[in-house]
Amino acid sequence: MDSEAALAQSPQVQEHKIPKYITPPPPFSEGIFPCSDCHKDLKPNPKRRKLELMHTDIHLKHAGGEQWCLDCHDLNNRDKLHLINGKLIDFEEVYYLCGQCHGTIFRDWKAGVHGKRTGEWNGKKVYRLCTNCHNPHQPHFKPLKPKRPPERPSDIK
Amino acid sequence: MSKKQRKNPLSLKLDRRNFLKGSALGLAASALPLENADASFIEAFFQKHFREMNKKEIQEVLNRLEKEYSEQYKKHVTVKATKAMPGVQFGYGLDLSRCIGCRRCVYACIGENNQSRDPQIPWIQVLSFRKGDKWTDLEEADKYYNPATVPEPEHWYMPVQCQQCRHPACTRACPTQATWKEPDGIVVVDYNWCIGCRYCMAACPYGARHFNWGEPHIPDDELNPVTHYLGNRPRYKGVVEKCTFCIQRTREGRYPACVEICPVGARKFGNLLDPSSEIRYCIENKRVFRLKEELNTQPKFYYFYAT
Ligand code: SF4
Ligand code: SF4
Repeated sequence: MDSEAALAQSPQVQEHKIPKYITPPPPFSEGIFPCSDCHKDLKPNPKRRKLELMHTDIHLKHAGGEQWCLDCHDLNNRDKLHLINGKLIDFEEVYYLCGQCHGTIFRDWKAGVHGKRTGEWNGKKVYRLCTNCHNPHQPHFKPLKPKRPPERPSDIK
Repeated sequence: MSKKQRKNPLSLKLDRRNFLKGSALGLAASALPLENADASFIEAFFQKHFREMNKKEIQEVLNRLEKEYSEQYKKHVTVKATKAMPGVQFGYGLDLSRCIGCRRCVYACIGENNQSRDPQIPWIQVLSFRKGDKWTDLEEADKYYNPATVPEPEHWYMPVQCQQCRHPACTRACPTQATWKEPDGIVVVDYNWCIGCRYCMAACPYGARHFNWGEPHIPDDELNPVTHYLGNRPRYKGVVEKCTFCIQRTREGRYPACVEICPVGARKFGNLLDPSSEIRYCIENKRVFRLKEELNTQPKFYYFYAT
């Protein structure tokens, strides 16, 4: 299979024995990454609080308000995310993080069934990162405007 | 009309039988209406059934069509006849728990498959149902819904297109064998053999076939120039057309256009004979159903609820 040819191996991947999926880059807002650019001069503050100076555009609506920044973002290494077991991962591998709670969805995603796939049905496929489709801070999809309905036969001239 | 209209060769006001009788008597040339009798028209009129043509004959037909289409749409149009891959049976999955009824698939299909823009005869219909309503009555379902945003509260959506039946009712109804099932399971129409009797439309239980009542119209700059003889090449007035699982893409390994456009990833596609394919995963791990199973048409289009 072609996707095996695409087994780029990072340390996490070797450990999980999971292929590295071909995905678009994580959708960072412009100029925000690496986070350490700003955070290196700030004293880490682990206290759960409402952010008032920065990141005020982020409204956390995930897991009924139970979540907070440092559940996913790492206090000491701002350019990484962390798993529950403390392991650090890159933003490109966010699926390990989401998969901790959404296990059945992670399983379907790996099989190519949850989420959108493009490319070749018998070869190279582009997967989407969870965050390419879902805003991790507000994962519910926003409603869309539907495209035009079909013409009624009576309207065809 | 400034554009030279291509015509279905079979729309000639002369039936083949009398014509052939005449030609046996050496009256061929005089029997053809002269204003139509340019060389390519006569070639088209005598074209053999697609499945009886050899490689060379097919190539000649493709060349003739490429020339016609390129002239009409003022750009280079290719017409392929890529054959089915061995060991492949295409299957489709649609996750009803995800579809939001946005109709992105409908318009991606219109563009990819060169469907007439005016009049419109889209190959995909998205049906809308209220939660809890009786929904098996596809004919009564609402396909004209048009709220400001989708999904609407308390509604769900079911896109319907050709189900690529294993036992298609449509092909058996066709008196000229202008429609048939290919080895990879795609049911195709030869627009040069279709006589427009619409028996197949009456036979299809899914409303999947559409008739060109009017001259199909596609703006030159919107025509997709990469076409397949049995798929998205431009059609004639008076012929029937339908979804082909994007034969021009899928026989080259690509996903259908509707799969790639769907913003919620509700559409799945692959080879039913490959145990590691996405479609096999759906069938083996999700509860799938097919429309109107009691008719024994045996669709290769599987609906499921992933969550
Ligand atoms: S594009 Fe996807 S979500 Fe939108 S109507 Fe089609 S199948 Fe449903
Ligand atoms: S859905 Fe209709 S047009 Fe498609 S194969 Fe079945 S009977 Fe034929």
